[in-house]
Amino acid sequence: MITVTHLTKQYGPRTAVHDLNFEVKKGEIVGFLGPNGAGKSTTMKILTGFMPASEGKVMIAGHDVFHEPIKVKQSIGFLPENPPVYPEMSVNQYLDFAARLHQVPPKGQAAAIANTLKRVGLWDVRHRLIQNLSKGYRQRVGLAQALVHNPPVLILDEPTVGLDPKQIIEIRELIKSLRGDHTVLLSSHILPEVTATCDRVIVLNRGKIVAEDTIDHLTSRAQGGLIYALTVRNVKAAGVEALMQLGKIHTTGNRLTIELKSEDAREKVIETAVKHDMGVLEFVADKVSLEDIFLKLTTNEGSLA
Amino acid sequence: MKNIWSIARRDFQSYFTSPIAYIVIAGFLAIMGWMFFWSLNHFNIQNMQYMQYGGGKGPSITEAIIRPLYGNMNVVFLFLVPFITMRLFAEERRQHTIALLLTAPIHLTEIILGKFLAAFALVLIMLLLTGFYPIMLFATGNPELGPIVASYIGTLLLAGCCLSLGILFSAMTENQIVAGALTFSSGLFFWLVSWAQQAAGSVFGELLNYLSLTGHYNNFGQGLLHSSDIVFYLSFIGLGLFFTHRVLDSYRWR
Ligand SMILES: Nc1ncnc2c1ncn2[C@@H]1O[C@H](COP(=O)(O)OP(=O)(O)O)[C@@H](O)[C@H]1O
Ligand SMILES: [Mg+2]
Repeated sequence: MITVTHLTKQYGPRTAVHDLNFEVKKGEIVGFLGPNGAGKSTTMKILTGFMPASEGKVMIAGHDVFHEPIKVKQSIGFLPENPPVYPEMSVNQYLDFAARLHQVPPKGQAAAIANTLKRVGLWDVRHRLIQNLSKGYRQRVGLAQALVHNPPVLILDEPTVGLDPKQIIEIRELIKSLRGDHTVLLSSHILPEVTATCDRVIVLNRGKIVAEDTIDHLTSRAQGGLIYALTVRNVKAAGVEALMQLGKIHTTGNRLTIELKSEDAREKVIETAVKHDMGVLEFVADKVSLEDIFLKLTTNEGSLA
Repeated sequence: MKNIWSIARRDFQSYFTSPIAYIVIAGFLAIMGWMFFWSLNHFNIQNMQYMQYGGGKGPSITEAIIRPLYGNMNVVFLFLVPFITMRLFAEERRQHTIALLLTAPIHLTEIILGKFLAAFALVLIMLLLTGFYPIMLFATGNPELGPIVASYIGTLLLAGCCLSLGILFSAMTENQIVAGALTFSSGLFFWLVSWAQQAAGSVFGELLNYLSLTGHYNNFGQGLLHSSDIVFYLSFIGLGLFFTHRVLDSYRWR
């Protein structure tokens, strides 16, 4: 549904994101995890057509963002990092405007707005002016705007930031309820946020993807499980298959991460790789590099899990 | 077209959710009413004097009331248009709502035209409200229709030029006040640019004269619709909106 290749963005001389490659499949909920300044918002702004990339290509729902922006924008709901709400409008008026902007057919418009209001828990405040709402409610208004046209793809930039714990749980439930029908890419700088809602996570640091994994895999890694990274010259199918006997394997390029069942299996990993002539370049415990990042990620609001 | 309308509708409504539109309209009507009243008064006194001394025909309504009234109305617009346009894009940028517009499936051109339309509609309403004056003149006297209609067309076009400038400056900054101040000073520049024509060489002077917003208004005041004037005003509006497009596009690229 979303395919990003060689995406680079420069702000003047400064590189905000560098050579990103990733994919989000239809119906997946993928978390974009990274500390502040990692380039999450920048990437999302490019994906949604808000700003063009310096280099690279983004395909969403079968269309190139740069060449067919209108087609892409039709299939996206976007919650930017600052909810784009007009303080002088009422919640109802605002959603009416958002629905028109996204060309919701006039016939189904009232129903679409009512459904969305109920879904994000804004029904009771629908006549209030947005300027009189708390930060949490404004965030919901932003979310409602992204949902009102029922887009197949949702891009949510830190959807729960600034909310209280009860609201966070509600929004997480809401996001989980989107699974299946919608493809969701959401960003966060808190690990538990992502583990709570996502199937898969892409870890971003200083504008580069440093890890891409399923949640299960990643949590055990963060907890310092027996995960090791094997870098080889040639990834051989037979070798990978043999390694699978030793533990769960995840491949990114020529780097394999292996979740071992015991420390003793380390020896076996090398043996197997050598036997299949894969050309072992490096074999290290994988928790090290990620630990740094997770430390940054979890220092702020780590207790939210 | 529907997208332009969606944008225009929201911006137009938002004029009336803040006091600004009411203040602008009220101020406009007060100033215009004041000028109308005194020019009428002056006209009556003059006419009476002419009648008393039997010195032939006095000045016509067109010369004594209509031309100065609508000429002055343009100056009033020069002052008021910055208040109408200053928030249009600056506020979207400050409140980050521009992200909503730029990620919606609509063209940048539609956004700009929608905003122009909203501001233009407000000006149109202000002008319609002044329709009271010619109606009064028709009820009590016998003015010429031509100059009145032409003046309205001219004023509408001239105000449109100011709006176009104002939208351009609003797109350049997040600060409404800065946008307003730039709009006013640049509007004033295009107003007075012809003053320099004598000092400048003949070709350059003519160019300056051509660029003058007021210079092209004179014919309208006489009741004359020249296509060259209309083309000038429309080009001015179009150019302002075109540059607005460039500015917003480059804002995206940064
Ligand atoms: N408009 C901008 N101009 C210049 N630099 C920017 C701009 N926006 C973001 N950056 C820089 O790009 C990097 C990535 O920012 P951002 O995408 O906002 O990160 P995140 O959303 O992950 O916190 C940061 O170093 C930030 O300072
Ligand atoms: Mg961000």
